[in-house]
Parts: sequence; structure tokens; C-alpha cells
Amino acid sequence: METTTINNNFKSEEYFINMGPQHPATHGVLRLILTIDGEIIKKVEPDLGYIHRSIEKMCERDSYQQIVHLTDRMDYLSSHINNEAVCLTVENALELEVPDRVKVIRTIIGELTRIASHCLWWGVMGMDVGALTTYFYGFRDREMINDIFEETCGARLTMNYNVPGGLMFDIHPNFVKRTKDFITHFKTKIPEYDRLLTGNVIFQKRMKGVGILTREDAISFGASGPVGRGSGYSCDVRKHHPYSALDKVTFNEAIKTGGDSLARYEVRIQELWESLSIIEQLIDNIPGGEHRVTTKAVIKLPKGEFYQKVETARGEFGVYIISTGTKSPYRLKFRSPGFSNLSLLNHIAVGGKIGDLVATMATLDLVIPDIDR
Amino acid sequence: MNISLSITKSIHDWLYNIMPEGAASIVEMVLIGLVYLAIFAIAGLFLVLLERRVAAWFQLRIGPNRVGFQGLLQTMADALKLLSKELTGTVKADKFLYNLAPYFVIISSLMALAVIPFTKEFHAFDINIGIFFLIAVSSIGVIGILLGGWASNNKFALIGAMRSGVQTISYELSIGLSLLTMILITGSLQLSEIVEVQKSGWLIVQGHVPAIIAFMIYMIAGTAETNRAPFDMVEAESELGAGFHTEYSGMKFAYFFLAEFINMFLIAAIATTIFFGGWLSPFGITESIPWLGVLWFLGKTLTLVFLMMWFRWTFPRLRVDQLLTLEWKYLLPINLVNIVIMAIIVWLNLTIQI
Repeated sequence: METTTINNNFKSEEYFINMGPQHPATHGVLRLILTIDGEIIKKVEPDLGYIHRSIEKMCERDSYQQIVHLTDRMDYLSSHINNEAVCLTVENALELEVPDRVKVIRTIIGELTRIASHCLWWGVMGMDVGALTTYFYGFRDREMINDIFEETCGARLTMNYNVPGGLMFDIHPNFVKRTKDFITHFKTKIPEYDRLLTGNVIFQKRMKGVGILTREDAISFGASGPVGRGSGYSCDVRKHHPYSALDKVTFNEAIKTGGDSLARYEVRIQELWESLSIIEQLIDNIPGGEHRVTTKAVIKLPKGEFYQKVETARGEFGVYIISTGTKSPYRLKFRSPGFSNLSLLNHIAVGGKIGDLVATMATLDLVIPDIDR
Repeated sequence: MNISLSITKSIHDWLYNIMPEGAASIVEMVLIGLVYLAIFAIAGLFLVLLERRVAAWFQLRIGPNRVGFQGLLQTMADALKLLSKELTGTVKADKFLYNLAPYFVIISSLMALAVIPFTKEFHAFDINIGIFFLIAVSSIGVIGILLGGWASNNKFALIGAMRSGVQTISYELSIGLSLLTMILITGSLQLSEIVEVQKSGWLIVQGHVPAIIAFMIYMIAGTAETNRAPFDMVEAESELGAGFHTEYSGMKFAYFFLAEFINMFLIAAIATTIFFGGWLSPFGITESIPWLGVLWFLGKTLTLVFLMMWFRWTFPRLRVDQLLTLEWKYLLPINLVNIVIMAIIVWLNLTIQI
């Protein structure tokens, strides 16, 4: 006799809804399968694959110069830093020493990218908790950075400015002046951010004690970036494994021990200040010299395995190349921060309300193409 | 002699001359209904435009300024677009309830509009239980929202509707109680009489401390009642898409949308009438020109509307449980104590009379 199987995953009062792939809170094509009891979240199952482009497979076909531009399309808000990661890996493998000028410019641009990314995150974060005005404030300041980038490398989103061996072009003559203008402008704007959102009593209530991630869990889930540092886990690659010109500057690693959404929020706000300070230390003394070391037209890495990690706006981004000595990698693996950070969403969102899930997800600062690749 | 009064009086006389009494009064009712429908539509469209311009101002944008002078025809164009759109629906939706829901919402706000005294003569329906009528009628709207969410056959809409039910029913208590606090001074539920009482000082001045508390509670509860940020749990676009009206399109969506704005106007208009002297000018400076009362009324109302827009474009949204905590643990007890204080003040004659 045939028996009908009943799905035992649901208790009688529970139901499920699909949040996404088209949903304003997921900021991209992420699908969350939520099991809900009334308003209370019982289970969050992320379903990926809606924007999978098999970038890692494409890398096995391309030359090392071509791989760089694919990384723009992953975490598009940290594209400079992603580019830098691939270039650093290739340069390390070739044992190629780039000029100091390149190192300093890479660091400045990386920090500008981080500020731009955090500006966008701040705007969207406000929008996710219902304060729609923050979006435009965040974008106003991000726009200034985009203008600086546009002048120097011609692009506003997918920069493709780094190449193995240096930079595609030298910086624009206006770059230093405009960056300084931006610093003076932005120093008056971060307090404005605090006045508008951080100090708001409703915002504090929405954030405090919500989505708590302990330090142990942060480590075991592989959390990195502001998510890990919000839980008191010192994981800043810039501090522990400095690359480019980061060993020449002094800055504090932003760490909060709260572990809740507010801690992750405050870490990012503090990072804005730290990034400004790094740029300030470097912008006045960019060394002269070449902006690029000439490499062979076809780069062939020596046989072996190479790994380099950098700190993007979202956390630790790693590039792992296995080379067999040909012009393309045998296998290339990206370690993206968003993927690990997404994996802990179920852990911290269960037991909260739908509103909490949205606010918590906003503090993870997910970029879906970075997760799906 | 008042201009508006003379016009209405001549129309009245003319109608009674050319047709029997019963028919004339029916025609009059229809005419008044049409006038109010026109007010409803125009006020709604104007408020939508105002909201968009105010939002743009807060958000470092310009806002609609191309269609007509300063964008005045923009919302008209939007309404035309919505009229021409297809009315879609979901499969397996309860068609009858689904189609009925927008009318509940719109009828509720239209009926409430009828008792609003724009000025002494511009008042469709001056009944002696005006405030009672207002509170009763404005709670019909929540039925429309609940029906719309339920009949849409969409879980997001259903969650929105559930939230709306919880929220509106809770905050209605605060609205009712804060208005009741003020009625202790006036001793009347009739809106025109409440305004007359304020000739010796607006009620917010007469009732001083408890009146200001009542006003603050009223504005918080009123914002929640109209489902606007920071209490827009019902729509909460980052959580539920569009909430209860996710599945509505075209003119049915526009009904919900317009009703929301008219409700905001109503909340502000009631606050004007109860707390800020309705059509009365401060210190009676334009008392000799009665029709200016409309302008005073609209000016005060739009100021309060602006205040509500300011809330919306500044504050983040509360969570559902925080919303209920605010009402049941803070606003309601404060309100009850406030009524007692007000009663003592009125009993001991401590009100301020100018």
C-alpha cells in the first residue's frame, strides 16, 4: 500500500516564505527560505546560485592579466582591492618587486574603496531599518570617491586599475587635491551620519542585543572583516599580514566586543575614521617613479601553489592559485568574505522577528555576486 | 455676508423652487457628495506631491518639478497612468473580498472627511457626536486592510495585514483617550462647538501641561494609525515588499495610496480642530473676515502634515513587538494618568483662559 509522505520539517503553526530572489532586503538575487512561526524566525536557509557565473572556471582559461578584470565583477564594491589581491599573488609568484609609488597608490585607492563601500553600506543599512533618507546621504559621499576614480582610471564601478606589475595608468594630476578635498568634506559628514542614524533611539533599540554572534562562533564560522571584529575577533588582514604600503602607516584595528548588530555597525563607522587616517598619512608623500614594472606580455607563473589574502570592505579575501607553469592557472580559488559571513546568518537570526532578520542581514553587508561568483 | 454661504443658499433656494422637496434634498446630497469626492481627490493628489517634494528636500534631491508649474500636475499624470493600467489579481484569490477591500479603506476616510469643519460654514455634517463619529468611522479602514491582505493569497500581504490589525486596534485606544482628555475641557463632542470654545484660547494653551502630553500622544498614535513611518510595519518595504497591497495594481492600488494620504490629512485636521483652534486665527486677528478661516485651518493642518512627513523621512522603523510595547506599556498608562490630571485641572478651574 502506498503511503503519502508528509513533510515533517514543519510544525503545525509554522509556514515558510521565500524572501527573494526578488526582494528589496536581500540586495541582489539571494533567496532565503524562511520558516516562520507568526513573526518569529525558526530557520533561515540561504539558496544560492541565481547569479553564478563560474568565474573560477573562467579563470582557468584566461591569462593572468585577464583574470584581474573578472574580480571586478565579484565584490563590485571592493573592486580595487580584489584586483590588488590577484596582482599581489601573481607578483609574489614571480618574485616581482613593484615600485613604492605603486604600493602607496594601491593602498590609498584601496582605502578610498573601503570608504565608498562603507558609505553605500551605511545608506542601505538605514534603508533596511526604515530610514530612507540615509541612502541619499551615503550616496552623496560615495559619488565624490567615484568621481575621483573616474578621473584616474576611467571607471566608476569595475575599475580594473591594477595590473600584475603595477598600475594600468599613473594617477590623474588632480588626484591628490581631490582626495584631500574629500577628506575635509567627509570629516564633517561622519558626525552627521551619527546624528542622523547612530544616535537615534529607535535605531539603537533595533540594533542592540540583536543577532548576537559570540567570538567563538565568529571564529568557527570563519567570519572575517567587520563581522568578526564586531565580535571581538581580531582578524584584520591589514594589521596581521600587511601588504602594499600598509606596513608604513599606523592605524587602529576597529574592534568591538558586543557581538550584536550595533557592534558590527560601530566597527564600520570606526573604520571610516581609520581609513581616512591611513589616506592622510600617505597622500602627501606619494613617492615618485614608475607606475608600472614592465612584465612579459604573456605571464607564466612558476610551478607551485600561491596564496595571498587582503582585507576588502567585507573581510578577508583570498586568492589561491595552483600553477603548472602555463599561461593560465591550473586551478584558481577565491576565498570570498561574503560566503562565510552568510553561512552564520541562520545561527544569529533564529529566534528574532522578520524585522530583526533584515536588520541583521544588513549588518553582514552581503554582496551577492561575491557569494555566488 | 459670507460668499460661500450665499452661494450654497442660492443653490438651495433654486433647487427647492424647481423640484419637490424630497428630490431637491437628494440632489443636494449628491452634490455635496461630489464636492467632497473632488476635495478628496485633489487633496490626495496634492499631498502626494507635497510628500514627494518634502522627501526630496530632506534627501538632497529636487523632486518632481517638470510636469506643470513646479510639478503640480505630476501626480495628476501619475493618476492617469494608474487609471490606464491593467487590474491584475492573483490566482485563487478571494475575488469578491479582494475587490471590496479598497472601497472599505476609501469610504472610511471619505466619511471621516465629512465631519471636518474647514470653517464655520464649510462643514458638511455637523453632528453632536462628531468626535465619536470620527473615531468610529476611521476604524472601518482597518477592515479594508485586513481584507486586502487576506484575500490577496500572498503571505507577505497576509503578514502585513496581521501587523496592521494589531497596530491599528492598539493605537486607536490612544487616539480615543487623548481626544477624550481634551473633551474634558470642552464638555462637548460636537466639532463646531469645540472650536467655539477655543475663542478664549486654543485648547493646547487652555489645557497647558496635560494638553501638550495629550497632543504628543495623539501625534504618535495618529502616525501609527495612518501606518506611516516610523510605524509603517504594514508596508515595511524592506521586509514585506509592499505589505498588504502587494497584489493590487492600477486604480485599486491608487485607492489604498490616496486613502493613506487622506488619513494623514484627517489626523492633522483633527489635531488642528481639537488642539489648535480649528479655523480660528491666533488672537482673533482675522475674525472680521470669516472665509479666511479656511486658510487658517489649512495652514495649521499642513504644518502638522509636514511634521508627520518629517517623522517619516528621518526615523527608522520600529519592530512589531517594540511598537506594541510602546503602546501598551507607555502610551496607554500615561494617557490614563493624563486624563485624571486633566479632570483635576478642569475641576479646580486651573485652565488658562486668554
